[in-house]
Amino acid sequence: MNRELTVLAFAFGYLAILFLIAAWANRRAEQGRSVINSSLVYTLSIAVYCTAWTFYGSVGRATDSGPSFLLIYLGPTLAMLLGWYMIRKMVRIARAQRITSIADFISARYGKSGFLAALVTLIAILAIMPYIALQLKAITISHAVLTGYPSLPDTGANSLFTLDQTFWVALVLALFIILFGTRHLDASERHEGMVAAIAFESIVKLMAFLAVGLFVVFWLYQGPGDLLQQAAAHPSLINSMGLDQVPGGVTGWVGTLLLATLAFITLPRQFQVLVVENVDERHLKRASWMFPLYLLIINLFVIPIAFAGVLLGETGQSPDSFVLTLPLAAGQNTLALLVFIGGLAAATGMVIVETIALSTMVSNHLVMPLLLKSRWLHLDPLRDISRWVLNIRRIAILLILLLGYAYHVLVGDAYSLVTIGLVSFAAVAQFAPSLLLGLYWREAKRLGAAIGLIGGILVWAWTLLIPGFVLSGWIDSQLIEKGPWGIEWLRPYALMGLEGWDIYTHSLFWSLTVNVGLLLFVSLFTRQSQLEQTQAAIFTAALRSDVMQTPVWQGQATRGEIYQLLSRYLGAAASQQIFTRVDAHPPTSEDITPAPSRLISQAEQALTGALGSTSARVLMNSVVRGEALDLEAVLSILDTTTQTLEYNRRLEQKSTELAQIGEELKAANTRLRELDKLKDEFIAMVSHELRTPLTSIRAFAEILRDNQGASPEQQAHFLSIIVKESERLSRLIEEILDLARLESGRMQLNPQRIDFNQLAKDSVDALTRLFEEHQVQLEQQLPNQEAWVMADPDRLQQVIINLLENARKFADPKAPQVVLSLFQDKESWVLTVEDNGAGIPTQEREKVFEKFHQIQQRQTSGDNQSRPKGTGLGLPISRGIIEHQKGQLQVEDPHQLSGARLVVRLPCATAPLDETSPAG
Amino acid sequence: MTHVLVVDDEPNILLSLEFLMQQAGFEVSTAADGETALERINQNCPDLLLLDISLPGISGFEVLETLRSAPRTRRLPIIMLTAHGREVEKEKGMALGADDYVTKPFSTQQLVERVRQLLDETQPPTADV
Repeated sequence: MNRELTVLAFAFGYLAILFLIAAWANRRAEQGRSVINSSLVYTLSIAVYCTAWTFYGSVGRATDSGPSFLLIYLGPTLAMLLGWYMIRKMVRIARAQRITSIADFISARYGKSGFLAALVTLIAILAIMPYIALQLKAITISHAVLTGYPSLPDTGANSLFTLDQTFWVALVLALFIILFGTRHLDASERHEGMVAAIAFESIVKLMAFLAVGLFVVFWLYQGPGDLLQQAAAHPSLINSMGLDQVPGGVTGWVGTLLLATLAFITLPRQFQVLVVENVDERHLKRASWMFPLYLLIINLFVIPIAFAGVLLGETGQSPDSFVLTLPLAAGQNTLALLVFIGGLAAATGMVIVETIALSTMVSNHLVMPLLLKSRWLHLDPLRDISRWVLNIRRIAILLILLLGYAYHVLVGDAYSLVTIGLVSFAAVAQFAPSLLLGLYWREAKRLGAAIGLIGGILVWAWTLLIPGFVLSGWIDSQLIEKGPWGIEWLRPYALMGLEGWDIYTHSLFWSLTVNVGLLLFVSLFTRQSQLEQTQAAIFTAALRSDVMQTPVWQGQATRGEIYQLLSRYLGAAASQQIFTRVDAHPPTSEDITPAPSRLISQAEQALTGALGSTSARVLMNSVVRGEALDLEAVLSILDTTTQTLEYNRRLEQKSTELAQIGEELKAANTRLRELDKLKDEFIAMVSHELRTPLTSIRAFAEILRDNQGASPEQQAHFLSIIVKESERLSRLIEEILDLARLESGRMQLNPQRIDFNQLAKDSVDALTRLFEEHQVQLEQQLPNQEAWVMADPDRLQQVIINLLENARKFADPKAPQVVLSLFQDKESWVLTVEDNGAGIPTQEREKVFEKFHQIQQRQTSGDNQSRPKGTGLGLPISRGIIEHQKGQLQVEDPHQLSGARLVVRLPCATAPLDETSPAG
Repeated sequence: MTHVLVVDDEPNILLSLEFLMQQAGFEVSTAADGETALERINQNCPDLLLLDISLPGISGFEVLETLRSAPRTRRLPIIMLTAHGREVEKEKGMALGADDYVTKPFSTQQLVERVRQLLDETQPPTADV
């Protein structure tokens, strides 16, 4: 009895500490110095995943089914390492939409459907009931083991419930949670105190488990080596840890892993700590490795403890109690007490978060919607409803724990701890399809989600829940063995004849198949309401930063109406805070100025935080005239943003284009100026070139006229100069006229089919004497066939002669060499003239086709003597002529000699029908 | 004897000028470009210079500038010759210190007259040196 009192004192003392921590954290939060704003606290709060099931049950499952217990922790590890991006999306949505629970989340996704929220709530209660029962059972058994050792604990429910310890445990916990979690209604529905307390509990359970682990390995045995050696003496023991011991083989592995992965996110308490209570989404990233680390540490000693427990033999009692019986058998009562507190921490942590989450769901999604529908609440609008909400939650907490107790009484003994946990896992896993598909598939629809959920949970109930009642003896075992009414394919553990799988994988497989199948099928054939379309769009696009800021109200209400509504549900102080957050004006009930849509959205969010999205929507609809924005409106708002961006982008593009045009204009202007300057220069050049021979002619003419003592030889010489200069003048005038005709397009060309080859030969003949005079070596590389082109023969010959003359002039004066070649290149005849002179530098190659380029060159370079003279118009004219006949004339890299290489390309023409017709 | 230097890059024009100046009774030397002209002037400073503007290498303007910046040739009478008929060139030449300006093609009589005139203006007493 004394021991009993000590244990009770410690247990209540522990609860008191929890209470104090929560109160302290709440006060800190009110002061704005949150203790839970840290990734470590966040990680520890997620560790509420490790319940009494982990604390006692892991050793039990390791003893019974080998390393399969690890899968329960591998699942969350995977979810955190690989799924944090998805969890972040949920966190962001929950933050923006003031989501309070998983039921709220799913309901909000499918158009704030009240029915769906209620359905999820009911399923959650059904699913969690066994799980809470498990915690109650764990507390009761551990208490019994601790106080009654070495006699076996009496775990059977007492027929008179007032004498049943488990009943009192449930009641005490209910009272504790009511005191702890429903002190006031918070618009944000965040539980700082709770999270802080849970984080503390995670430390306690980890320490306790590590303590017993270290005790077993290093106190009872001389380290892990010694323990393994002793265990090795029992081959059956070592074999029990083999991978093949996992029930259901490979499918069992996969099934359990999937089950744990999904449940980690869909368990109401996990959703609560992971998503709803998340303070800062950056914590998620650190938690993604810290949490798996926590799981690793807490599982470190599971197998050693299992070994030691089995080696203990009879005195070890049930494997689920090894952590307690090992210290007790060694007489370490204090350690056993610590272990008991650790187990209590694990159990209470789970029960606290789970019941708070469930009670919020019950009040928000089951009771409040019903109350709001009843008329009397509307009749008395000034009534303070926030007190009602709290009372509803308190009652819900009590009922949930009592339901857990009821399950414990009815089914409790049929399944072991781990088994009960997995039954719950399989039930909450039914939330996964509508939750996760809803995050990524916009077409997932409300009815699909609801029917999928119902279908999935019915299959779960048939394959796991009802067999539990069978095992407890409430239903005839014929159901499992032969199926209902002897229908074999309906047997709960072998649905559709699927046998050989472990019961959880079997159940998960069928329930998820039905669930997902119905969700997909029904979604494809139903339509969404406007609100649902909007929400679906917002949820699936949640990671876009602009989506969450979109105000979704376009209705009208006065500020006074909104204020009345808010203060009714949240109290005056909280309501005023909301108003001052939106704008600086303090609100009054009489204020009849229209509320801005941002205020309406904020008000709905605040109500959602307190009452859930469904009820908040109903309340808002009661004061706001006009509907929420429909999908088109939301999308158009989104589009406007996109359009603005697009517009900005186009604007930017246009200004770039403008800048470009400006540049082009500037360039054109420069070019025009250049052209103008060129024109001036051309005129000056022409003037200069005309005046120069004219000067000589006039001067000598006047000299001869005045006859001032010039000798007859001189006179003859002067006359010849006059003639030469006159010729030069005529030539020049002819060329200038040619150029003018070419440029104005008035050059008379007479194109005809001519033999380019013959024309080249004729041109060479015309120049032979001149070349010989200058001792220029001319090599001809002409083909043995006609080269038909369309051209004016006289003009083309003018070009060839001009090129040959230039080549002669520019060839190396010491041993002048010129090569003339003609060949076919694809569709063109190509004539090249190459010399062995100094050549034309690359940058000059186009300039040689500018008018008077040669003269400008001569003036600037200064080598007057060495450079041959020309008018500087030959090449520009040649090019003009060639281009007028659809050909090209350009300077290219020398091929055979070192100097310039000028190339004429003219398109090939077909041979004339009459081959005998002469050309050129 | 009065020494006239004629500078032009056109051999025929140079020949005609040389003949004209000789006929007018001057001692004539010639240069076909600016550098040669400056060299000649350096060796044997003429009494008058007939200077074409468009020369290969150093232009007539540059020659003029060089001469006007040296003390010895600052007052050397210079007549510019040009085939460009533009007023700007004339103004530029005058601004740089040319004494006269003759546009090609020129009247031979007028040119000789201007040469004489300029020599009279600038060399009054010691004409017979």
